[in-house]
Amino acid sequence: MASPALLLLLLFVAVPFLAAIGFSLYNVRLGDPRAPTFMGFTQYARILTDPDISRQFLQALLHNLVFAAVVVPVQTALALSLALLVKKTIPGVGIFRSLFFLPVVFPIALVAIIWRLILARGDDGLLNSALGFFSGGAFASQDWLGSELTALASVIVLSIWQGCGFQMVILLAALQQVPAELYEAAELDRASAWQRFIHVTVPGIQTTLVFVALYTMILSLRVFDQIYVLAKSGGGLNEGATRTVMYEAVTAAFDENNIGRASAISVVFFVIVVILSIIQRRATREKES
Amino acid sequence: MAHVSAPSQRISRRELASRVPHYATLLITGLLFLAPVAYMVAASLAPARDTLAGFAVFDVRQWGLHNYSGVAASLSSDSTGHLWRFFAVSFTVTVAVVGLGLVVNSMAAYALSRLAWRGRGLALFAILLLLIVPFEAVAVPMFYLYNDARNTLWIQIVPFIGNALSIFLFYSFFSGIPHSIDEAARMDGAGPWRIFWRIIVPMSKPAYASVAILTFLTQWGSFLWPVLMISDPNLRPLPLQISVFAGQLPPAWGQVMAFGVLLVLPVIVVFLIFQRWFIEGVASSAVKG
Repeated sequence: MASPALLLLLLFVAVPFLAAIGFSLYNVRLGDPRAPTFMGFTQYARILTDPDISRQFLQALLHNLVFAAVVVPVQTALALSLALLVKKTIPGVGIFRSLFFLPVVFPIALVAIIWRLILARGDDGLLNSALGFFSGGAFASQDWLGSELTALASVIVLSIWQGCGFQMVILLAALQQVPAELYEAAELDRASAWQRFIHVTVPGIQTTLVFVALYTMILSLRVFDQIYVLAKSGGGLNEGATRTVMYEAVTAAFDENNIGRASAISVVFFVIVVILSIIQRRATREKES
Repeated sequence: MAHVSAPSQRISRRELASRVPHYATLLITGLLFLAPVAYMVAASLAPARDTLAGFAVFDVRQWGLHNYSGVAASLSSDSTGHLWRFFAVSFTVTVAVVGLGLVVNSMAAYALSRLAWRGRGLALFAILLLLIVPFEAVAVPMFYLYNDARNTLWIQIVPFIGNALSIFLFYSFFSGIPHSIDEAARMDGAGPWRIFWRIIVPMSKPAYASVAILTFLTQWGSFLWPVLMISDPNLRPLPLQISVFAGQLPPAWGQVMAFGVLLVLPVIVVFLIFQRWFIEGVASSAVKG
């Protein structure tokens, strides 16, 4: 009964993964009549140390790390604030729960295009005209996606908007598991709202909080769709300031037909994900026991 | 999630006073979250010249359905692809992946949790390992390995049917069903298939709903794989098509936003109908780890 699923996973996950390791050791190109030549770890050496090639890859990796360093704390904090806001069952709260979750059902490719218009450069972009309007014209229009300074920040904002509801729902479920008696006891002890948050809420949802943070971190490493759409579909995104590891892998494979290097990037990417997954499991297991 | 609101006459004055800032915060955050969605809808209805003209898109007097008829007219030839076909492709792919995935993955989970067979321990261990492999890590080698299947419908479906996370979620759920129940059925002479279809499946509706929704969300928004594999406009799924459409010169932004509304509308409708299951499905994904 397990065989269909196991066979599919073998063909479409396990074999391709092992192939990635194999390809990364060869000079593989699509449609190349010559047999691929063995290169050992040259591809890895190139992306990690070659002065001409590694710069771009390490920059991409840095973008992922900056992305994660901002998104993980900001999105987790925002998701937790939203979860706390909609936790109490007051009339109409259901509407807000759905509203904060709504962006999650938007495909990220569409999200990128909506925000590309909101962030459009010149006075006509929605954000620029709103800022100009509320500052009484004092605010000079920005090229949010094109400027080196704000390009990555813009991508971060739209990604948080789309992803935050997902984490909110997970945290909301955890908040509802915290026994009400603990809050009552804290209230009897005259604990302030902040003290209740630190001493009751946070310890009560700690495991979930760690899970959410590390899960968001792994998602941050996988970022691709929004960068690709904004850079390739007339979004005017500053490619050099936002390219990510997956973007590198896809452009190496697709635009440069360099399957070997793209595979090496995939393997490095996977190693980082594994390290984070192990940390995630350790962290959530320890808290549970 | 209990939706119990106290009768209004019992609410104390202090409680009421504390609700004013609470509602104010909810309202402001809600509006901020809604703004991009409102912009998309407004821009889809406003005249094309207003899409990038600041607040002009919100001028209700100018609204009409011309962008919707426009997008239907723009996407109606074999070279651009037909509007209805993009929907047909996304719909077929999503329904097939969700439907076949539910059958195949739940069968595997049942075999792993209930049946004794050689290699079961190894298979379970392999599933846990595969859980860490994100699709991004195998996209490049798959692009190479399955290159002969470019521009087909099946290559958009078959690789995503077997899913380690789905198996894991089913496995966790099935493991929570008391063994005494299928033990009793076995005493009555029922075989594993009969026990599975007649007892386990009907008892596991929440697990099926959760997995269906998680798969549906990922599949409807799927972008990376179609970017690599699909160039034929007659086989393009919606998220890829909107990025192609947005990249056309000169861009018809009003029509792009109308396309965006049409793309996300089915998901929003499904979300509003099955809201409870969405929330529970997402919350259940956190048991992983």
